[in-house]
Amino acid sequence: MENKSALWRWIKGSRVYKSIFRHGYEDTKKNRILQIRSNVFLHIHPVKIPDHAYRIRFTWCMGGITFFLFLVEVMTGAFLMFYYTPTPEQAYRDMLYLRYDVPFGMILRNMHRWAAHLMIFTIILHMLRVFLTGSYKPPREFNWVIGVTLLVITLLLSFTGYLLPWDQLSYWAITVATNMIGAMPFIGHEGPLSLLDRYHDIRFLILGGSEIGSNALLRFYVMHIIVLPVTGMIFMAVHFWRVRKDGISRPL
Amino acid sequence: MAYQDHSKKRYTWPDLVVIEFLTAVALTIILLVWALLVNAPLLEVANPGMSENPSKAPWYFVGLQELLVYFDPWIAGVMIPFIIIVSLVMIPYLDNNPRGIGHYTYSQRRFAVTHFIIGFSMWWILIGIGYFLRGPNWQFYWPWESWGAVKGVEEHLWSPPPWAGVTGLIAYLTLGMILPAIIQRGLYRRFGTFRYIIVMSILLMMYLVPIKILLRLLFHIRYILVTRWFNI
Repeated sequence: MENKSALWRWIKGSRVYKSIFRHGYEDTKKNRILQIRSNVFLHIHPVKIPDHAYRIRFTWCMGGITFFLFLVEVMTGAFLMFYYTPTPEQAYRDMLYLRYDVPFGMILRNMHRWAAHLMIFTIILHMLRVFLTGSYKPPREFNWVIGVTLLVITLLLSFTGYLLPWDQLSYWAITVATNMIGAMPFIGHEGPLSLLDRYHDIRFLILGGSEIGSNALLRFYVMHIIVLPVTGMIFMAVHFWRVRKDGISRPL
Repeated sequence: MAYQDHSKKRYTWPDLVVIEFLTAVALTIILLVWALLVNAPLLEVANPGMSENPSKAPWYFVGLQELLVYFDPWIAGVMIPFIIIVSLVMIPYLDNNPRGIGHYTYSQRRFAVTHFIIGFSMWWILIGIGYFLRGPNWQFYWPWESWGAVKGVEEHLWSPPPWAGVTGLIAYLTLGMILPAIIQRGLYRRFGTFRYIIVMSILLMMYLVPIKILLRLLFHIRYILVTRWFNI
């Protein structure tokens, strides 16, 4: 563009601008490379990738979509945390507060909920496509293992989040699920060959009590907002790193 | 190797980044519209004294909940998910077929694709039944049936005596282990003894699930094996 104003030229020539934007934007080979190489976020990509990696019929784009949904969950989740107190007295009231009083509160909660459901669905589809294209075969075996770990973490995230609204739906769904945990062999009080009573078993450890109460809510909350997301992010970093190193699978 | 081959590559800027950006925009719009149209469920405040009937797990766990009809909780809720996850983790190390990387193929990977798809479908079928076809007291209701119509008490169930159960299970496992090796020599040779035993153990356990379901539905069998400590 020729008719740039003097002001624009001055800005682009200034030390401040140059310290932030390290290269030009003209469509040149060099800039296309620098655009990726000199940006910490875009640097997750290689500078070039093979043609077939662009084909949606091959990739289904499900891994990327899952990651994007995770970001949606982080953002909507952070906003929800402003309005939520993890106590049995307050939690449900906060749900009503979100529904009736908080501006855009219901959209916020809806988005968090639906993106979570969608995320599990897209992970499963991602796993299916990675299986069907044999992309877990050498040298990518370990990244499949990381992927299964991420699936488990996502399921645990959904599971812990499910209790937080503290309504009948969450209370009884978590009751069903934690009763199953109490049926673990050896370490659950209702399981076969049980060694422990209901006050010392694995279910007690998870709930922080023999019943679902304020301790359980707090434990699920802390797992949901800190422990599991951070663990997930660490595994995601490894997952993406290994995709970057091994490249997308292609026929030999 | 993917990275030695420089033929037919494209710059990721802007080609890929644009696709990612547009996907993100489209997804944001979809989620916004979805969130505007459908409210996340919220029932009455949690009440430990009054249980929901039926109280269903979220859809992705409903498959396991459906299995509770046929298995004791320690199998449906603990052993089966544990075995599924461990098996998934082991897939890349068990599958020693070098063919079919980076493209969709059935002919080059018949064994792997067939059994994975069957297991994958079972998961979804169980979810479908649990989510859409179960009503109060986890009774079976067709979509057009009203939940108001009370379903009769469960049919009379029986379990074979322990010796029959043990014989049946041992016969199933032995035949399941030996027959494929005889019928499909190539498969056995490709896997080798150790890998073959692990793969077949996983598959025999997987197929035991629909077998048990059918035994229950057709012959009203409650447990295949009854012992003092646990029932299968």
